[in-house]
Amino acid sequence: MSEHHHKETFVTKYIFSQDHKMISKQFLITGMIMGIIGVFMSMLFRLQLAWPEKSFTIIEAFLGPHQSDGIMSPDIYLALVTIHGTIMVFFVLTAGLSGTFSNLLIPLQIGARDMASGFLNMISYWLFFLSSVVMVISLFVTAGPASAGWTIYPPLSALPQAIPGSGTGMTLWLVSMAIFIASSLIGSLNYIVTVFNLRVKGMKMTRLPLTIWAFFITAIIGVVSFPVLLSAALLLIFDRSFGTSFYLSDIFIAGEVLHYQGGSPVLFEHLFWFLGHPEVYIILLPALGITSEVISTNARKPIFGYRAMVGSIMAIAFLSTIVWGHHMFVSGMNPFLGSVFTFTTLLIAIPSAVKAFNYVTTLWKGNLQLNPAMLFSIGLVSTFVTGGLTGIVLGDSALDINIHDTYFVVAHFHLVMGVSALFGMFAGIYHWFPKMYGRMMNKTLGYWHFWITIVTAYGVFWPMHFIGLAGLPRRYYTNTAFPMFDDLADINVVITTFALIGGAAQLIFLANFFISIYRGEKATQNPWRSNTLEWTTPVEHIHGNWPGKIPEVHRWAYDYSKKVDPNDDDSDYLHGEDFVLQTTPLLEGEEPS
Amino acid sequence: MLALFYIFIFVAVGVSIWQITRILNFRGSIANDKDNAAQAKNALYFMVFLYAIMIYSLLALNVIMLPEAASMEGEHDDNLFNITFWVIGIVQFIMQFLIFWFTYKYKGEKGKKAKFYADSHKLELIWTVTPALVLVVLIGYGLWQWNNVMDISSEEDPLVIEVYSQQFRWDARYAGKDNTLGLGNVNFIKGINTMGVDMSDKNAQDDIQVTELYLPKGRKVHFKFRSQDVLHSAYMPHFRAQMNCVPGMVTEFGFTPKYTTEEMRQNPEVIAKTRGINKIRKEKGEDPYEFDYLLLCNKICGASHYNMQMKIVVVEEDEFNEWIGKQPTLAEVIK
Repeated sequence: MSEHHHKETFVTKYIFSQDHKMISKQFLITGMIMGIIGVFMSMLFRLQLAWPEKSFTIIEAFLGPHQSDGIMSPDIYLALVTIHGTIMVFFVLTAGLSGTFSNLLIPLQIGARDMASGFLNMISYWLFFLSSVVMVISLFVTAGPASAGWTIYPPLSALPQAIPGSGTGMTLWLVSMAIFIASSLIGSLNYIVTVFNLRVKGMKMTRLPLTIWAFFITAIIGVVSFPVLLSAALLLIFDRSFGTSFYLSDIFIAGEVLHYQGGSPVLFEHLFWFLGHPEVYIILLPALGITSEVISTNARKPIFGYRAMVGSIMAIAFLSTIVWGHHMFVSGMNPFLGSVFTFTTLLIAIPSAVKAFNYVTTLWKGNLQLNPAMLFSIGLVSTFVTGGLTGIVLGDSALDINIHDTYFVVAHFHLVMGVSALFGMFAGIYHWFPKMYGRMMNKTLGYWHFWITIVTAYGVFWPMHFIGLAGLPRRYYTNTAFPMFDDLADINVVITTFALIGGAAQLIFLANFFISIYRGEKATQNPWRSNTLEWTTPVEHIHGNWPGKIPEVHRWAYDYSKKVDPNDDDSDYLHGEDFVLQTTPLLEGEEPS
Repeated sequence: MLALFYIFIFVAVGVSIWQITRILNFRGSIANDKDNAAQAKNALYFMVFLYAIMIYSLLALNVIMLPEAASMEGEHDDNLFNITFWVIGIVQFIMQFLIFWFTYKYKGEKGKKAKFYADSHKLELIWTVTPALVLVVLIGYGLWQWNNVMDISSEEDPLVIEVYSQQFRWDARYAGKDNTLGLGNVNFIKGINTMGVDMSDKNAQDDIQVTELYLPKGRKVHFKFRSQDVLHSAYMPHFRAQMNCVPGMVTEFGFTPKYTTEEMRQNPEVIAKTRGINKIRKEKGEDPYEFDYLLLCNKICGASHYNMQMKIVVVEEDEFNEWIGKQPTLAEVIK
């Protein structure tokens, strides 16, 4: 690393930085800002759902021309759910989560001085930043932002006659996503190359921490599936702007027959979900990777079944690319395909169950240090189980017919990937904050943040399953048009109340985060007494991570509480402490675990 | 009003920052034994909360859920759903207990030693094979039922009906005496021919266009769906039926109505739900609600997506024949 001794200016250090640690912080802050926008939107449309005819000053203040007397218009309601979904899925939980922690941890945990290409890494961030800017600009378009749902199914997304958001708003959405995909691909390629080539001596693939395994496999899924979304988006741009008919056919709208012939919206659904489903795992796997690390460290126990964990990550990754059709059981595709996708989908339950059981076993007979990060990881396991189980209902094509696109689905995916992944992200932030900023976050505020968040998360999404089972479709501006749903109004009020409290609780986190950057307690080198390599670097960030030679790795990452006598739980610690750094050589006669 | 709102926000933010800065003065970032004990207790309280809302929802919200399936095919759906729900319910109750109980029981204490337990092939084998076995049953029943539902062969002499969607309304077309639908295409839409039926097709002459679906009890109905503009989804929750309407292609679904609308109104589950709804409506001073089958749009389709519905009436077969006999054919209407 030659640039190691170069003089840093403000611009090269804080703006166009090629240092992975700085880039990771840039990803995190951008992701957090997008997260604030995304969560805030959900608060607005939850107000509408709970009190559909009531006027709100906050709606008047924020929705400008898209409301009258503090009541939002149906079009902007659809725009809000669309942009909420887009922002949370892509900008917060893909770029914000993977971008932050892959960048921070891959070099630090495998013993590399930086990413394989610092320059591409920088490009990846700035493309992400650009796409975020374009997405935010799209919110201010006169006709409103994209409003065809985050899945942007054509023809709705292709025809401005069908919904106003499909005009300039949709164009900007597509441009933003195209840039986003480029950013994601560059980032992913960089992660893969780095993990393959830059591991320090002794860091065999079988010794990689599970975080790195998760980021690595996630990057591979991203490289396999994101290009397909890019092509889907490009074809949609062609249909919208250049008169092609990839997705459109036989349309009569606004009093005239359009010229499109021979296209099929089902083609778009296939292309979209070929990314869309793996995307769920692009979001979830990094969160699970973080959880593995945090649970093991704080339980002072090795993660249970390391090989099974790696195997199940791989199995999930492989299966995730052949299950996209379960989003399309009622799309009109051949029913035989439905059978195939039911089979592959339910298979995913097996590796997922293995992971859940392994986490619980890791807790068993541990010495649990209940730090905020640990609580968020435990919370993740809980919501992952709750949300994952309802997946067994939805993945079964015969049952999906009746709950497809109802609130049951909304509850399911919010728990299993939304809340779980956010919990993983929070766990990661609390755990690696000292590595990022050299200071610690406040634990009292962390506890408040966690308990309010998990109580409200369940308060929102558990009752939501039942309004789905009552047959209420999602993306309804209000359910007052059906007397049949009148008895759901009270539940909607309960859900919104929990949502508002939960949203407000995130302010505790934001305050804790930003104040701790400047005023937090100074961190020690290895505050959590952890085994992995990042805690052998100095607290102060230096370019190249380690001041001298990078230490050699001699063991796996999970030798917590290793005893002299493996059969006696009360015997002394083999290395005198309940943790053994990966850089500690094996003692004479010590069995590698 | 707006100014007041901004002042309120400003004050609220100010007060929160002040309060939070105060809390931050209590330094502390790594959990000690006291924290572990307190948080372990919180985990236990949370477990109680979780079980409370799980059980409360399961019991109290039962009444709002859809009543039993009103189609022959839907019976197995309900069965499969119940089996699946019991399985995942039991797993959920056990897993959540283990997660939070372990958090409580194994809280960290100074001097306590964690067990070094990295692997057990036996355990891992058990929790790979057990879910696999359970899934074999669920997948097996599910696939059987899927084939059952998706079978739309003409063996049972089904009644053929076209359901046609556009922003934001539904229309239906019966195939008439020949039970064959005339061809349709958006190019034929003109004047009162709103479904774009090709009137030069001889099969189209006896077709009957209506805005309310009548279905005969006990006869299989074979639906063909078309859409005029964007994707819609024909969702008939009481019959456990749903299929997207896709512009440029015809999609299909079939089921056999099991109860007439009148019979369904006597169903105890429906009575209970209706009673609940009418209590709420009375408080708001609205007209009482009477149960009806409905077809709803369940694919985002634009501003009035939330209000795109069509009433379905299920009647005895002779009553159906009488009704359909009275409807004018397209040939009569369009000429």
